[in-house]
Amino acid sequence: MSDTDQEPSQKSLLLVGGTSDIGRAVAAAYAAMGWKITLAARDVESAERNAADIRTRTGAHEVAVRPLDILDAARFETFLDRLDALPDTVVCVVGMLGDQQRAQEDAEYATQVMRTNFEGPALLLEMVAARFAARGRGLIVGVSSVAGDRGRASNYVYGAGKAGFSAYLSGLRNRLAGTDVQVVTVKPGFVRTSMTAGMDLAGPLTAEPDAVAERIAGLQTRPADVIYVLRVWRLIMFIIRSIPETIFKKLKL
Amino acid sequence: MKDLSGWGRYPRVSGPLNAAFDIRPAAEATAALPGVIARGLGRSYGDAAIGRNNTLDATGLNRMKGFDPDTGLLTTEAGVSLADIIATFLPRGYFPCCVPGTRFVTVGGMIASDVHGKNQHNHGTFGDHVEWLMLALPDDRVVRCSRDENAELFTATIGGMGLTGTILSAGFRLKQVETGWIRQNTHVARNLSEAVALLRQTASATYTVAWIDVLARGASLGRSLVLEGEHARKDQLPWGDVPFPHARNGRIGVPTDMPSWMLNATTVKAFNELYYRNGARKADRTVLVPWDAYFFPLDGVANWNRIYGRRGFVQHQCVIPDAKAESVVSEILERISSHGAGSFLAVLKRLASGSGLMSFPMEGLTLALDIPLSDKLMPLLAEIDALVVEAGGRMYLAKDATQSSETFVAGYPQLDQFRRLRNEIGATGQMASKLSERLGI
Repeated sequence: MSDTDQEPSQKSLLLVGGTSDIGRAVAAAYAAMGWKITLAARDVESAERNAADIRTRTGAHEVAVRPLDILDAARFETFLDRLDALPDTVVCVVGMLGDQQRAQEDAEYATQVMRTNFEGPALLLEMVAARFAARGRGLIVGVSSVAGDRGRASNYVYGAGKAGFSAYLSGLRNRLAGTDVQVVTVKPGFVRTSMTAGMDLAGPLTAEPDAVAERIAGLQTRPADVIYVLRVWRLIMFIIRSIPETIFKKLKL
Repeated sequence: MKDLSGWGRYPRVSGPLNAAFDIRPAAEATAALPGVIARGLGRSYGDAAIGRNNTLDATGLNRMKGFDPDTGLLTTEAGVSLADIIATFLPRGYFPCCVPGTRFVTVGGMIASDVHGKNQHNHGTFGDHVEWLMLALPDDRVVRCSRDENAELFTATIGGMGLTGTILSAGFRLKQVETGWIRQNTHVARNLSEAVALLRQTASATYTVAWIDVLARGASLGRSLVLEGEHARKDQLPWGDVPFPHARNGRIGVPTDMPSWMLNATTVKAFNELYYRNGARKADRTVLVPWDAYFFPLDGVANWNRIYGRRGFVQHQCVIPDAKAESVVSEILERISSHGAGSFLAVLKRLASGSGLMSFPMEGLTLALDIPLSDKLMPLLAEIDALVVEAGGRMYLAKDATQSSETFVAGYPQLDQFRRLRNEIGATGQMASKLSERLGI
């Protein structure tokens, strides 16, 4: 909140998924570091609610909202062209948990869940990566999910979308290794948000959005490839991935 | 279905808990759910935040909306917590004009209970610093209420226990402070008369409150530490002190229910004795205390309500008009101390009258005590309540879990006006908590 925020060296963040609780927390953490923020979201009014919150909390004035529909890839180029400048960091927190049962019965709905979690974010970050590569630097953070580490009966439509996104980020990271464009995959585990409201989340396995934001803001000084916000999730998912399929398929998870 | 209770963990009721994450859904739920009450962080002690049929979790309304550094006017949604406000604005040199004894409360809860702090005698309740609020009514309208606009609804909502509608957002003032430190002066009162006199003498101080040793008897009945506080200026800090210290977050905690035998006359007496002696050693010196330790001493102990064991406890807080204040408080203390299992922190404070239709404060003395639940407790509380009624006093609804509807009716003379207003806006029966049901509001 220093008055030197306005100097030309001010860095900028593009936060894709500006209505989400994690997105709000990430944007607030960057605003507190003096960054200029653009929140991209389909529901502009709801994103504006978050923008006002961030302005009020940090005293920062430069929090903008831009409309973006993650399922409308045809407009991604225009969206990026119209930003004031190519951001220093892009964080994508877009996700749709959806309802597994409904997704099994309703193909159109399942398509929406998969496209929202995978196709849209992947295509957008591909274009961002191209621009970052042309500039020679940039940080791309994709918020994926532990649900993508192995498909389970309770949420495999969502999980498959996130698995695709994780694989995409992994490939992008591999391609850009050796350049100054970094790609980070974040797997938050359970997070207490409106998306998980009403679920019985185990306390020690559940992070607050602020904790996720802190890790993502910390990437500016501590680079990483794949982050599990709560370390215990790395172990849990290692075990879950290690269970032989013949046994795994019989488990109720 | 979810088990719902207040901070005292009595009563416990199973019921549906619906969460709202934005203003519009919260307003819609207010109209759609029958017998509903909004719930914040659940720090009211009894049954005020448990809906008769439905409970609306409003903690998702946690966005701040705007701040004017010149006037100190902060606008937030109703689920924003006081802890959040202080953490955000104290480092910028602002502090709320009124804070209750815990910072784990929401803006909506503070307005609905019209909470008071240690400066109420000079600076009023939280409601006195609210400029306006947005209220969702049972007929799905959202109205702005202030002293000029829907004024009667505004006055009824401040202290109205959520029974006029769901508070969605509000604008209220913060004051400027130079530091997050309080200069505290401790005075020792050897008995109740001295305590009452000291509270009067220190009334010009910004903050003043007395902690009473409830178990002291005989000539020492009502022996107290009277704690006076002022916001420290920057030039009053020793060189090198951080002007705005961070909150020390529950470094110690009560991990599980304490067995009830832990809390008996002997242990409580020992605690009170220690607290009294420790305070007395600091008497008549000015010490600097960080804001959290001064205003929210128990927030440092996570889940301190478990100290009172599985059955829970009640907090009993009454206010007695000046004329009979000292004699009635003395009588209450007599009965509590002969009852034995007294409270860790009993508090005595002067109050000035409140401005909400159903606000608790009135000119007089307020006494707050925690008492663990036991079989012989209810008859004791009934006796005490009778003393309160006879003296023209009343009970604080945010703490209440036990008073009778007769005690309540006697204490709140503006109840008829409140009921009429509730009828007019269609809130009767629609906005309803276990508290409103128990007291027949």
